[in-house]
Amino acid sequence: MSGFEYANAPESKAIANIDNSYGLFIGGKFVNPKKGKSFNTINPATEEILSKIGYADRLDVDLAVKSARTAFTKIWSKMPAKERGKYLYRIARIMQERAREFAVVETLDNGKPIRESRDTDIPLAAAHFFYHAGWADKLDYVGLGNKPKPVGVVGQIIPWNFPLLMLAWKIAPALAAGNTVVLKPAETTPLTALLFAQVCQQAGLPDGVVNIITGDGVTGAALVNHPDINKIAFTGSTEVGKAIARSISATKKSATLELGGKAANLVFDDAAIDEAVEGIVNGIFFNQGHVCCAGSRLLLQENIADEVLEKLKKRMSLIRVGDPMDKNTDLGAINSAEQLKRIQEISNTGDAQGANRWSPECKLPSKGFWYPPTIFTGVSQSHRIAREEIFGPVLSVLTFRTPAEGIEKANNTMYGLSAGIWSDKGSKVLWAAKQLKAGVIWSNTFNKFDPASPFGGYKESGWGREGGRHGLAGYLTSDVKASK
Amino acid sequence: MSRLDVNKTYKLFIGGAFPRSESGRVYEVKGANKKFIANPSLASRKDLRDAVVAAKSAHSGWANATAFNRGQILYRIAEIMEGRSEQFIDEICELEGVTSKAAKIQIEEAIDTWVWYSGWCDKLSSVTGSLNQVSGPFYNFTSPEALGVVAIFAENKPSLLGVVRTLAPVIAGGNAAVLIASESYPLSAITLSEVIATSDMPAGVVNILTGKSSELAPWVGAHMEIDGVDVAGLSKKQEEELRLVGADNLKRVFRFSSINHPDRITSFMELKTVWHPIGI
Amino acid sequence: MIVDGSEGSLKKFLADLAPVDQVGADSRAAMLATRSIKTTSKAWAIDMAISMVDLTTLEGADSPGKVKALCSKAVRPDPTDPTVPMVGAICVYNDMVKIARTELNTLGGKDIAVAAVATAFPSGRASLAVKKLDTQDALNAGANEIDMVIDRGAFLSGRVGEVFEEIKIIKQLCGDKAHLKVILETGELVTYDNVRKASYLAMLAGADFIKTSTGKVTPAATASVVLVMLEAVRDYFLLTGNKIGVKPAGGIRTTKDAIKQLVLVNETAGPEWLNPSLFRIGASALLNDLLIQRIKLRTGHYASANYVTMD
Repeated sequence: MSGFEYANAPESKAIANIDNSYGLFIGGKFVNPKKGKSFNTINPATEEILSKIGYADRLDVDLAVKSARTAFTKIWSKMPAKERGKYLYRIARIMQERAREFAVVETLDNGKPIRESRDTDIPLAAAHFFYHAGWADKLDYVGLGNKPKPVGVVGQIIPWNFPLLMLAWKIAPALAAGNTVVLKPAETTPLTALLFAQVCQQAGLPDGVVNIITGDGVTGAALVNHPDINKIAFTGSTEVGKAIARSISATKKSATLELGGKAANLVFDDAAIDEAVEGIVNGIFFNQGHVCCAGSRLLLQENIADEVLEKLKKRMSLIRVGDPMDKNTDLGAINSAEQLKRIQEISNTGDAQGANRWSPECKLPSKGFWYPPTIFTGVSQSHRIAREEIFGPVLSVLTFRTPAEGIEKANNTMYGLSAGIWSDKGSKVLWAAKQLKAGVIWSNTFNKFDPASPFGGYKESGWGREGGRHGLAGYLTSDVKASK
Repeated sequence: MSRLDVNKTYKLFIGGAFPRSESGRVYEVKGANKKFIANPSLASRKDLRDAVVAAKSAHSGWANATAFNRGQILYRIAEIMEGRSEQFIDEICELEGVTSKAAKIQIEEAIDTWVWYSGWCDKLSSVTGSLNQVSGPFYNFTSPEALGVVAIFAENKPSLLGVVRTLAPVIAGGNAAVLIASESYPLSAITLSEVIATSDMPAGVVNILTGKSSELAPWVGAHMEIDGVDVAGLSKKQEEELRLVGADNLKRVFRFSSINHPDRITSFMELKTVWHPIGI
Repeated sequence: MIVDGSEGSLKKFLADLAPVDQVGADSRAAMLATRSIKTTSKAWAIDMAISMVDLTTLEGADSPGKVKALCSKAVRPDPTDPTVPMVGAICVYNDMVKIARTELNTLGGKDIAVAAVATAFPSGRASLAVKKLDTQDALNAGANEIDMVIDRGAFLSGRVGEVFEEIKIIKQLCGDKAHLKVILETGELVTYDNVRKASYLAMLAGADFIKTSTGKVTPAATASVVLVMLEAVRDYFLLTGNKIGVKPAGGIRTTKDAIKQLVLVNETAGPEWLNPSLFRIGASALLNDLLIQRIKLRTGHYASANYVTMD
């Protein structure tokens, strides 16, 4: 009916200088893996190969850890704190300078819309470095006593959903606290980490302070089990998090784990409804639902359920699914064939177990991995789609009658990462926040992140916090915790 | 004949611009070798009044900017200062009569001090604020809030570092500043104002006057729109007189030691405690 | 009957409306402002925006000469290009209505409406008798549209019945001779909750269009305020089956601004609202920027203001 179709508005790829191949970043240089193995990284929206990536095996991991240890002992732990901070400021500034390039590479490698990389991922990543740079020489104020010490060499493993941002969440505080790192990016999204390695070189960061080793789960396990690592920082699935906890149980290693979630988004009848609908959409469809803290369970107060669902469906039909490089795309590609399969598998149990599926009409591209924004109504607590993390653009909708019932349903999960509360009544918001067993509670907003705001979960959503003053604790020794 | 230098005119820095004193007065500044360097403006009480007006009008925008944004701007000042190191070194040597090695140490410390305070902007309330565990179903939190307009009397020496270590903490907390430079060693302060003018700092957040503290201190003390004063550059007697007059609007008056400390930020801030019930 | 017109019934209806969260609304408006409208869609949007412009002059210094020049511009925005659509309407003070209508008819613009501001525009501070006379004058002179202002003093002091009555009375005067736009003056209402309530009040009382501002107060047509008003007309349609129009006015100066408005409409009220009978843009300088951008799309070069007429 209307002529207002948005013509293609592609972001130019020209700015992304992706090399044909990359080695491992160890000791300040790009080196070939010892055994010369490699793997490909692809663009999940088109399935084309972007680059050939070096594969780090046990020997390479060992080299990287040695390099980190040497850098820690000889340089980084001896360097005056304010100088350490200045390296981080440099890194932050260079990331800001190369922001567009990073955004384009992130979108090509991950499949997320360019608008998100450009407006969310990259600016937040740079901000994390900027924020933590300022902590380097203020560690006395963290709350762990005078002159807390770094833990040493840290092994860090990050997921594919926010590749550069997760790297920033790990490396910035680690370095600010005086540690050196060996970081393994996710198998499907290594590129921005490798670009980051270039930034470290441009910033003149001393060799070995940051090491980037690309590879798969086996590489990760080698890192976790390496005897000379003092601490592991891991973001990923609860399953692997538990495996790590088991691996280190008889060692002196500490760990922070940022794992899965099945967050409840509670909408009370006194909520600002239009804004709540936006919050629901943002909560589950932002980043294709590949978000550990996604609001994947919508808990609607029953007396407004119909109204909200009507508005939600109308709003969902405005979601633009397609080419991630188009500036108007809202929902990009699913990161991998494997992840798509998983989403399909669990979502199909929704149909099988009697819930009602709904998606707006979307034209999905023929190549690449895609899933339309989807809601299931008529969901009950026992359905798999209400209990298991789908990690895709699929929302399970349940109802509640009283605030207490809403809280009970929200808390009835082994996860505890995040939760959302929608109500215009201040005391109710604070009451609900008090009752909810989740590490991050968003009231009248969702998916808000800031380097100053500690993030992490209760229960099986993990150990420890990242960001803020509290987030530094994991990277410093405290007077009281026994070193196991 | 060797090339003649184009000497700089040193004017006041008010509201992002560089006006001369409305009084038309200047005074002579000689170097350590007794040779003439410049005729900086001799600020009058009207210049002070204008500076306070500029500061007052800039204050709320600055205080309401995100802490991240303030930190970015303070860091930018450090970047620009770094680029102008040579100029500062020359000025310090000429004025203070120190060696260029000593001057270099001073500028480096000054730059690092800006960076230090820049890093405080977005961490202050997580360190100095609190969630207070009151007995009752109430959410109770305390957070620091900018005071308003703070006047600073900069020390004589070190002429650049003294300015930086008093100015940076005042604005890191979101206040607007009116800084009165040292009478005998004013030039680095004006060169610093050139750096600030080109660092994305909103106009009026920092204002710098050159002149006599003996003339300006009483006016600062009596000005009802000035909320706080750092008396680093005043004598004990001047400080006492200022405290006496300043009691009329309960000015927050401080003299600090030379170390860098977040207390220098929070001393010029208010603390607000908010209660909110928790209940359905 | 949704409301019976009594103060009590109106108050209850308004109190039952869902609240607006300011930060959430701002964030939705900001997200929609990131839409990148290029090439064919930009061309479409420019022409649509031109056809939606209520070309306005509301100055004390307005004269017959000025109004006639504006009419000429309205009918033929770009004298060198006959493909440029005509604007939606001319908007003037009511003592200029007759001149405008005559001139437009002479120049071939009989389809361009003449909108008159009325009811003691812009302040609205006059007796009801004066406001009625003001309106009747404009109607007698041939106005096709009346842009009235609500009594903000009454609204802000809680006398919603009075606001409602006034609009009803002015609507009655308009009859089927003229459509009624009701100016909320959102800059004076300040909160989005007030904007939502005033929007509903105006629609319940019979407004054909709800309009953001007089253009004499800032802030005027911010994206968030237009968003809230578009949500109101969207939901009002679901409630009653009536489609009410929206007119942002004030502060929309560039093509970019105008296109952002169209995106807001498209993704809030929906595509049915994307035509001049349901969406207008009150502006003056905007038209020239639209023309300049149109030239750029056609020729590929940045045009200069020298190539469009100053009126």
